[in-house]
This record gives sequence, C-alpha cells and structure tokens, in this order.
Amino acid sequence: MLDVQDLQKIYTGRHRNVEALRNLTFHIAEGELVCLVGPSGCGKTTLLKCMAGLLAPTRGEVRLDGRPVAGPPPGMAVVFQEYGRSLFAWMNVRDNVALPLRRKKLGKARERELVDHALEVVGLSDAHEAYPWQLSGGMQQRVAIARAVAYEPKVLLMDEPFAAVDAQTRAELEDLIRKLWHELGVTVLFVTHDIDEAVYLGQRTLILSKSPTVVQEDLTIDLPDERDQLHTRSSPRFAELRAHVYEQIQRAKHHSGDTAPDPVVEDRAIEPVLQKTES
Amino acid sequence: MTALSVLRRGLLVLGLPAVLFTVWWFATAGSTDFYFPPLATILESFGKVWTAERLLSDVVPSLLRLAAGYLLAVVVGVGLGLVVGMRRAVRDVLEPVLELFRAIPPPVLIPVIMLFAGIGDTMKVLVIVSGCMWPILLNTVEGVRAVDEVLGDTCRSYGITGVARLRHLVLRAASPQIVTGMRQALSIGIILMVISEMFAASNGLGFTIVQFQRSFAIPEMWSGVLLLGILGFLLSLLFRFAENRALAWYHGLRRAQRNP
Repeated sequence: MLDVQDLQKIYTGRHRNVEALRNLTFHIAEGELVCLVGPSGCGKTTLLKCMAGLLAPTRGEVRLDGRPVAGPPPGMAVVFQEYGRSLFAWMNVRDNVALPLRRKKLGKARERELVDHALEVVGLSDAHEAYPWQLSGGMQQRVAIARAVAYEPKVLLMDEPFAAVDAQTRAELEDLIRKLWHELGVTVLFVTHDIDEAVYLGQRTLILSKSPTVVQEDLTIDLPDERDQLHTRSSPRFAELRAHVYEQIQRAKHHSGDTAPDPVVEDRAIEPVLQKTES
Repeated sequence: MTALSVLRRGLLVLGLPAVLFTVWWFATAGSTDFYFPPLATILESFGKVWTAERLLSDVVPSLLRLAAGYLLAVVVGVGLGLVVGMRRAVRDVLEPVLELFRAIPPPVLIPVIMLFAGIGDTMKVLVIVSGCMWPILLNTVEGVRAVDEVLGDTCRSYGITGVARLRHLVLRAASPQIVTGMRQALSIGIILMVISEMFAASNGLGFTIVQFQRSFAIPEMWSGVLLLGILGFLLSLLFRFAENRALAWYHGLRRAQRNP
C-alpha cells in the first residue's frame, strides 16, 4: 500500500546543510493503523511531508499502491497539527469540509451527504454554520478531521494532530480516530511525540532515531483490538509496551543514522554547549 | 445593540463635527472679511448653488469619473499585486520600477497624461488610476506574500490548485490587506478627482469650485468645499459598511484571538 524506500532528505541552506532524514525504509499495509514516534526534532514532520508529496526527498522514494509519489496524490488526506492555520477562517464549517469535494464533481446531493455524514461522525452535526474561530481548539481539529473523512481518502496522514489540545479532549479524539479507522477501513499513519498515544492508538509503532533519522524499531502493539481509555491504559501489557517505547526513545536521543561524525553534514539536534566542549 | 448604545455611538460620531460647526458659526458670525464670510451666508448659498440640476451636471460626472478610476485601479492593483506577490522573479524585476513610479506625485503626471490622453474624461480617469493604484498594489503584494504556509499545504494536499486556489485561498487570505489598500486609495481618489478637474475641464466639482474662486463668488466657493467634505464623509461611511460585510470573518477572528 504505502512504501517508503531509502528515503533521505537534506535541507540545503546558505551556510550549512542539514540532513533531517538519513535512510528510512518501511511498509504500511492496506487498512493498517501505524503510529510514528520519535524524540523531538527528529524529522517526523519532514517525513510526513515527503510522504504527502509536499516535499521532494533528496534520495529514495515513496510509493502509494506501487506508484511513486511526485506531488500530493489523490486519495490521500493530511491532518496538520496547527488546526488554527489549516482551516479557512473565511468559510463556515460546512464550506471548509465541502471545498475539497468540489473538484471531485460528485453532484450536489452526494456532496451534501458526504459533508453531513462526516460532520456527524466527528460529533459536529450542529455546527455547520459556525466559523472555525467560534469553536474550541478540539472542535476545530474535529472540523479538520471531518474534512479528511468527507474526502474519502484511502490513506490518512496525521501530523501530531492532538499536540495542541488539552488532555481530556485528546483522549476523546484518540478514541474518535480508532472509531473512524474501524468504520472507514482507511489506512492511517499517525505521527506523534506522545509515547502513551503511540502505544494506545496503533497496531504498530515505528520508533525513529534522532536526526539524521533512521527507523530504530518497528514494534507490533499486541494489545486487543477493543481499546478504551480506562482499561487499556491500566493493563499490564500497556505498561510494558509503554516502558519499552520510552526506553527506545531515550536510546534514540543518543543514537542516530550517524555511524561516524560527518564534518560536512552538521547535526541539527546538537546543542550549542555540546559543540563548544567538542571544539 | 440597544437603543441607548446606538444613541451613544451617534453622539460620539456627530459630537465633534457639531462642536466645530458651532465654533465656525460663532467665529464668523458678523464677519465682514470678504474671504471668510459668515457660515450663515455660506449655508444660504449652499442651498442656492447645489440644486438638483447642478448636482446632475457637476457632481454626478465627478463621481462617475471617480468610480471608473477607482474600480480600474482596484482591478489593476489587485491583478498585478497577485502576480507580483506570487512570483518571486516578477517581484525582483518589477520592484525598482514600481518604487520609482510610486514616488512620482500623480498631479505632476497630469500634463504628461494630457499629452497622450487629451483633456477629456480619459485623462481624468487615468490621473485617478495613477494615484489610487499604488496603495492597492503594494498592500495586495504584502497580503499575498503572507498567505499561511500550512493553509497553502492544506490546499495542495487536497488538490485545490490554479483558479480555485486563487479564489478560495489567496484572494480571501489577502483580503484584509487589500481592503486596507483600498481604504487609503479612496481618499487619494477623491483628492485626485478634484485636482484633475482643475485642469482643462468643463464640468465637475473641482471645476466649479475653481470657477467660483476666479469669479470672486466666495460664499459659493466655500459651499463647494463644504460639499466635498460631506461627499468624502459619505463615501467613507459607505466604504466602512461594505468592509464590515466583506470582512465580517476577519473582525470575528481578531476578536476571538484577543479574548481566547
């Protein structure tokens, strides 16, 4: 379904180059829900943008259904972290959800049906006429999710979508994602920096190293499919997996794709203090 | 809005003008100065001069030229602003030239424009365009350049490109800035409307005022100045009304950001 092969991304700047992604290879099967977790600043967003066709990789490729991704592919929807900046402030909720559908020319009736349904499943049936800025952060992110749902994507990419909402809303939204995934049979890649979230949500968790990034571990989450905030999170297996991922992230902070220090390609994650003591 | 707050607003808006008029009235009452006649005399001549016939023959042509020049400036300014704002290469090439043209005061261009556009309405409209265009153009460029990156990515990932992107994203996102430019352009437009009519004109508000001045019809001249002031006030009121409708989302967004 979704193949990432030898993916590398180097940002070329005026004074220095930053290698964000070193060499990433993984595969996501159709209908899977995979979480991607890593230490902060490890290039998660860069990876997601490469996969969404919004950023061209330096080397390697992303394939969707066997076809290389050169630009944003149809059938893929992205939900960004900054809900406040990804919704159109000049459109009401309904138009925000409907806009991407216009291009598909589905006919008025079908379009209305999709929008109504999408807003209903995210729990916003009574907010059609509201403007995004009249809603709370969690509700705004629900609008962004509804827009993705109405688009009927085969793949849903989510870039730390709940990083900016409060803990209670976050738990609700996590369950919403599980529910939508079950109902729609869509393939989901969920990027997060939250270890609990990475364990709770997915069937698999890809743990990334720090930048320049490689896949440090591909972990199967063998929790039962039926999950809920109370019981799943208090189960012994959840605690084990959580501890394991936590350990891996701690390790990841000191490991990267660098086997030997490269004098040309500098590491973005090195703190200035560290550089001083080295020189 | 309650009736009381409407009254309060009305008092705030009309308070200072009322005071100024009162001061003017008493300061000039019984004035024998030929150039500063009593306000009573000016008001009296106002009624006599600005008859329906006069409004039709002099004020309407002025306003039509203003409307034509202003709308043309909006079309050219926004159109060019979109291109310049979205294409870096175009911006690099055009910027020095635009800065040069912007620095030339439009009244200076009147004799030049006369050379190729004659002394008719075309000349006057072009003078208005040459002044109104700049604030609209420059604000549009700034607005287009400031379109949010995440919103841009959102559009791309949903395949909203080309004309749809221009219409639903770029123009709307830049609209608060464009409106700012249009507001500045409106006052420039009114000034240029009058100035362009002081050269080689046969009708219009500016022409009439200069005509009165040259024939020493001083109260009549003052009544023309007064009418200009009132027109400017009404036009800005109209503008504010249109702006509040078109940018209701923006004002709401700003309020929401101020009190989260």
